[in-house]
Amino acid sequence: MYRYDEFDATMVAERNAQFRGQIARRLSGELTEEQFKPLRLMNGLYLQLHAYMLRVAIPYGTLSSRQMRRLAYVARKYDKGYGHFTTRQNIQYNWPALVDVPDIFDDLAQDELHAIQTSGNCIRNVTADQYAGAAADEVEDPRPYAEMIRQWSTLHPEFSWLPRKFKIAVTGAENDRSAIRVHDIGLRLHKNDEGDFGFEVIVGGGMGRTPFIGHTIREFLPREYLLSYLEAILRVYNLQGRRDNLYKARIKILVNAKGAEEFRDLVEAEWRAIKKSEIDLPVEERARIKAYFAPPEFEDLHDESVALNERLASSSEFARWRRTNCANHKIPGYAIANISLKPIGGIPGDASDAQMDAIADLAEKYSFDEIRVSHEQNLVLPHVKKDDLFAVWTALVKHELATPNIGLASDIIACPGLDYCKLANTRSIPIAQKISERFADFDDQESLGELKIKISGCINACGHHHVGHIGILGVDKRGEEFYQITLGGSGAEDAALGEIVGRGLSADNVVDAVAKLIEHYRQARQDKERFLDTYRRLGADNFKEALNDAA
Amino acid sequence: MTLLKYSSGQFFPSIAEGQVEVALHEWRENPQVHADATALVISNDENLADLVCDISGFDTVVLEYPSFLDGRAFSQARILRERLHYSGEIRARGDVLRDQIAFMVRCGINGFEFADGAASATEAVAEFTNAYQAGVDEAAPIWRQRHRRARAA
Ligand code: SF4
Repeated sequence: MYRYDEFDATMVAERNAQFRGQIARRLSGELTEEQFKPLRLMNGLYLQLHAYMLRVAIPYGTLSSRQMRRLAYVARKYDKGYGHFTTRQNIQYNWPALVDVPDIFDDLAQDELHAIQTSGNCIRNVTADQYAGAAADEVEDPRPYAEMIRQWSTLHPEFSWLPRKFKIAVTGAENDRSAIRVHDIGLRLHKNDEGDFGFEVIVGGGMGRTPFIGHTIREFLPREYLLSYLEAILRVYNLQGRRDNLYKARIKILVNAKGAEEFRDLVEAEWRAIKKSEIDLPVEERARIKAYFAPPEFEDLHDESVALNERLASSSEFARWRRTNCANHKIPGYAIANISLKPIGGIPGDASDAQMDAIADLAEKYSFDEIRVSHEQNLVLPHVKKDDLFAVWTALVKHELATPNIGLASDIIACPGLDYCKLANTRSIPIAQKISERFADFDDQESLGELKIKISGCINACGHHHVGHIGILGVDKRGEEFYQITLGGSGAEDAALGEIVGRGLSADNVVDAVAKLIEHYRQARQDKERFLDTYRRLGADNFKEALNDAA
Repeated sequence: MTLLKYSSGQFFPSIAEGQVEVALHEWRENPQVHADATALVISNDENLADLVCDISGFDTVVLEYPSFLDGRAFSQARILRERLHYSGEIRARGDVLRDQIAFMVRCGINGFEFADGAASATEAVAEFTNAYQAGVDEAAPIWRQRHRRARAA
């Protein structure tokens, strides 16, 4: 993992001192709320329905045990004893007091944590594949590049007052677990025919009220030019992105208004002009950063674990968890263990301080001190010996963290919705809870296979409904809460936007409708086909009919 | 409104020298008519990438911040300095927040029409010792300082 040197530490300390001063100027009236708002947002501080909300950055979703304990401590000391892991791999606290915020930041800084650029119209905290450095399907580890992007984008003098927020995601694997095609910039690290590494650069994807799948503007960018190329994209956007209409200010609108080719030409021209400047890091700095992400000292193991096999044979519950929640590791004898934050009927992404501490202990003991956050609001122990999986599972069960549902029907993404968010039309969390209860049977979930249900409480789409196999969008109809279903979306390598089916439904009816759609799939499915594949094979009308028959 | 000028970490109050201003589009159309102009005012929707004319004769280029949220002039300033090699004064006009001055300096702006005094601005640019990125100012980016130090050790 990356560790701060004195430069990084000073940067965060000075940022905290600056924000302490800004809060004091706000409290004294020197700053108006209008002036203070962008400053607090760039420090992760929102004003929500009932209270302030603080979003702390977890750069590219990577945490050490120490850092996880620090997050637990903040939850305990300044909040109501829990935190909420988000779809951008960050953590949110829903109840901090404004006067405490500078102290929270100083506490966080002790373990190299901060809230810099987790909100505001700037380059947001960068996200990456949660299996980075561990996944069997990885071509190259994206984390060093994510760290380079973190440093480059931190307090960028030119790009801190953009037309709108700006999100970058990076992956180095074949399977896209980072939704790179629905980001402002998505980066896919791959190897070309000559054996060199570089990035596919995808621009202009996004969700919100006008969703787009991003366009590839460059198939192969040599990796040493990453930062200058990003700078070129950002400069074109900063100068030409719309500022007259909040809803048209994201880069996706600019890219689609100009057309991907014209946009690419502008970027390439800008890039040629700045390429030879001091933006790109020299080889020694890239090597310095990369060294922090050297693989941990894996043991030389057989891929088959006798201990594991015995446990699998004797406990069917453990065997199920192992099937649903573990993924293949690149090193023989190791596995990636997912920790579900989606207990049946629970709040997606929430974890208590005690759970966070327990996970920190497990990571320390069994996963080289590393924890990851996934954009699907779960946690990951990236490097667990197969021999240790049973011990890990046993501890997770004790802390109610062993729900065997990764990628299944009850592994739902839901935005905070009307329970917390002041922009919401409807509640999201209770719908997620009801659907999860409806599909509580784990045999049933497992037999249905991969199924991504995503729920947003309004058109801003923080719950990613556009890319849900089944998406649910909260709409307001004359003051009443209604839900609109979309089908066929995907945020993975087969990215697609869902299509609206049927009319708006009440909270009770939407859960029934989801059940009907799943039942229809169960009948129509061929072999082990996923819901998404059946939908793609049969088409929207077929599913619409099933929904109408049922209604 | 005070006019401040920046040089090596310090801000100095300055007297507005009664410059003759001309907007870029007017000057481009008819440079002879505006031969006595000393300050070029560039609105923030001008595309400087297309600017082929020589602006080095102007003492000052004025960039506009119609709202402190509108950050286009940051990019324009860097293009003026780094691509067009403009070496005169670049002045920020409009809604300038104290908390943006350090960024402005790093993008090459060195004149400010700013309500607060020089002391406040000097304090604001001193809030950060270093920066990750190379800017137009003289500060070495953090990566360069790291490797200088490593080589010296
Ligand atoms: S989707 Fe809407 S309701 Fe949900 S968190 Fe985002 S803004 Fe709030």
